[in-house]
Amino acid sequence: MLSDSDRIFTNLYGFESAGLEAAKKRGNWDGTKAILERGVDSIIDTMKKSGLRGRGGAGFPTGLKWSFMPKEVKERPHYLVVNADESEPGTCKDRDILRHDPHTLVEGCLIASFAMRAHVAYIYVRGEFIREREALQRAVDEAYAAKLIGKDNIHGWDFDLYVHHGAGAYICGEETALLESLEGKKGQPRLKPPFPANMGLYGCPTTVNNVESIAVAPTILRRGAEWFAGIGRPNNTGTKVFCISGHVNRPCNVEEAMGIPLKELIEKHAGGVRGGWDNLLAIIPGGASVPLLPKSICDTVLMDFDSLKNVQSGLGTAAVIVMDKSTDVVKAIQRLSYFYKHESCGQCTPCREGTGWMWRVMTRMVKGNAKPEEIDLLLDVTKQVEGHTICALGDAAAWPIQGLIRHFRPELERRIAEYHAMARAAE
Amino acid sequence: MSVRRLHEIQPESFAFSEANLARVQEWMAKFPEGRQRSAVIAALWIGQEQEGWVTKPMVEEVGRLLDMPYIRVLEVATFYTMFYLAPVGKHHLQVCTTTPCWLRGSDEVVKACKKHIHDKPHTVSADGQFSWEEMECLGACVNAPMMLIDKDPYEDLTGDKVVEIIEALRRGESPKTGSQIDRHTSEPVGGRTTLTKEEA
Repeated sequence: MLSDSDRIFTNLYGFESAGLEAAKKRGNWDGTKAILERGVDSIIDTMKKSGLRGRGGAGFPTGLKWSFMPKEVKERPHYLVVNADESEPGTCKDRDILRHDPHTLVEGCLIASFAMRAHVAYIYVRGEFIREREALQRAVDEAYAAKLIGKDNIHGWDFDLYVHHGAGAYICGEETALLESLEGKKGQPRLKPPFPANMGLYGCPTTVNNVESIAVAPTILRRGAEWFAGIGRPNNTGTKVFCISGHVNRPCNVEEAMGIPLKELIEKHAGGVRGGWDNLLAIIPGGASVPLLPKSICDTVLMDFDSLKNVQSGLGTAAVIVMDKSTDVVKAIQRLSYFYKHESCGQCTPCREGTGWMWRVMTRMVKGNAKPEEIDLLLDVTKQVEGHTICALGDAAAWPIQGLIRHFRPELERRIAEYHAMARAAE
Repeated sequence: MSVRRLHEIQPESFAFSEANLARVQEWMAKFPEGRQRSAVIAALWIGQEQEGWVTKPMVEEVGRLLDMPYIRVLEVATFYTMFYLAPVGKHHLQVCTTTPCWLRGSDEVVKACKKHIHDKPHTVSADGQFSWEEMECLGACVNAPMMLIDKDPYEDLTGDKVVEIIEALRRGESPKTGSQIDRHTSEPVGGRTTLTKEEA
């Protein structure tokens, strides 16, 4: 188990103050100027060597992403935009960083902006996180007042940080939709290329990073790439905040080492599955978008990007949604289908029409009111939506259903047979 | 996607209060020259705080302030689901019913709202005090089931707890926000497994 001394978010639960003084006692803002003095290349090199992969879901190497920004600032200014539009069902990790450990993020914003030659950063917080946004704003105000950021700050890099917010749209967690929203438009994703590093906010070079990716950066730079890379497994390094929800005895957020066995994570921190491990039916290991896993895989799988990819699922946001044997698993996935139908931005036809179609069929599947061949038809439609839309929302709507059919096809068939038997009996 | 349109019945006019106008202008200053439309979500939000919901004259006024065509503001007002396009109760309950909350009993929360506020969502209770709606994931999944009332989350709910909270608000009290069980925030129910050292 990860020891407390290797945890980055030491006020994850908010037992201590989120204020600047307490944050400094926890080690935030320690030697920040010296970190900047190492220079851009050294900072990016450390980030690359740490092996940090983006914590927002896709797992793209953070240091590499930073290096994509133009080497010189020409007529267009550079921007850092932090994605705090945390909305992936099951996920509530950034929320704790925003409200309890916000100075990790504020300091990270300064360092990341310096490394990408940006003098301005925006943090886009989801609309529903009102108290969280207020907590973050307090931290930003404190940092300004203490001249840690702002014009002529003590770190020698002019830097303005603004807290922005949305108003209830899951799609704005997609980086280009977020930029559209920040520009004052509907949050509809942009075609890529051009990529944000070339044409992002206001047509300027921009990098969009998840809250956790930015908030861990100062500690990585203080303790060194080797320290971070020494936790977890190769290509899946460091610590990670996991969210464990659903049918466990003690739901919680917890920072653990990447690559921890799923079973150990749940038994050590979440008090085990309700009714014991043998009462487990399935787990969605990385937020609503990733395919669920039946118990047989959960028994041994490790919680990291590569391990979960190997079992045809994903780490996503590391939001573990546990379902015990009392769960109507078809209904659980049908509710997610409704979610994607509700959140589709309507721009691409396969997603706009497909999410509604899939939800309607899934609703019939809950009751078994379908023909057996419709299972394959449904699977076929998910394949037609997947990969045929501008952004990944179409994929995210398709994968949970694909996972259900992959692992629970007999359950779907049983319901259909039962429904038709009942109908015949009624005649 | 859901179809959202402005309400059929609209007030005559809208004007930001002096204080709120200043807030909108503060938001506009957060963006580079010529990019003031970036403040559109904030401006509509402030308008909604003032009026209780987003009205047509408000959409027009925000357009004037930010130098945006009416249709561009309307697009934003109808796209983002936290903008109420019809009046809501003095307290609006947003109940999360997405899978993580559903697994832990959000049906009971909905049932309590139906019984103690109104059978239908988006409908103001007879006394004008309350309205409710189902929301998609509100991002507090380890404290499920949960709901947001106005600006505050209420977590680790049961049906009975929801009734207590509604009744307390009806009496004009301020019920405890956050977790409704013996729990600080998102640490494991029953006590921490990490970060257990005594506070310095």
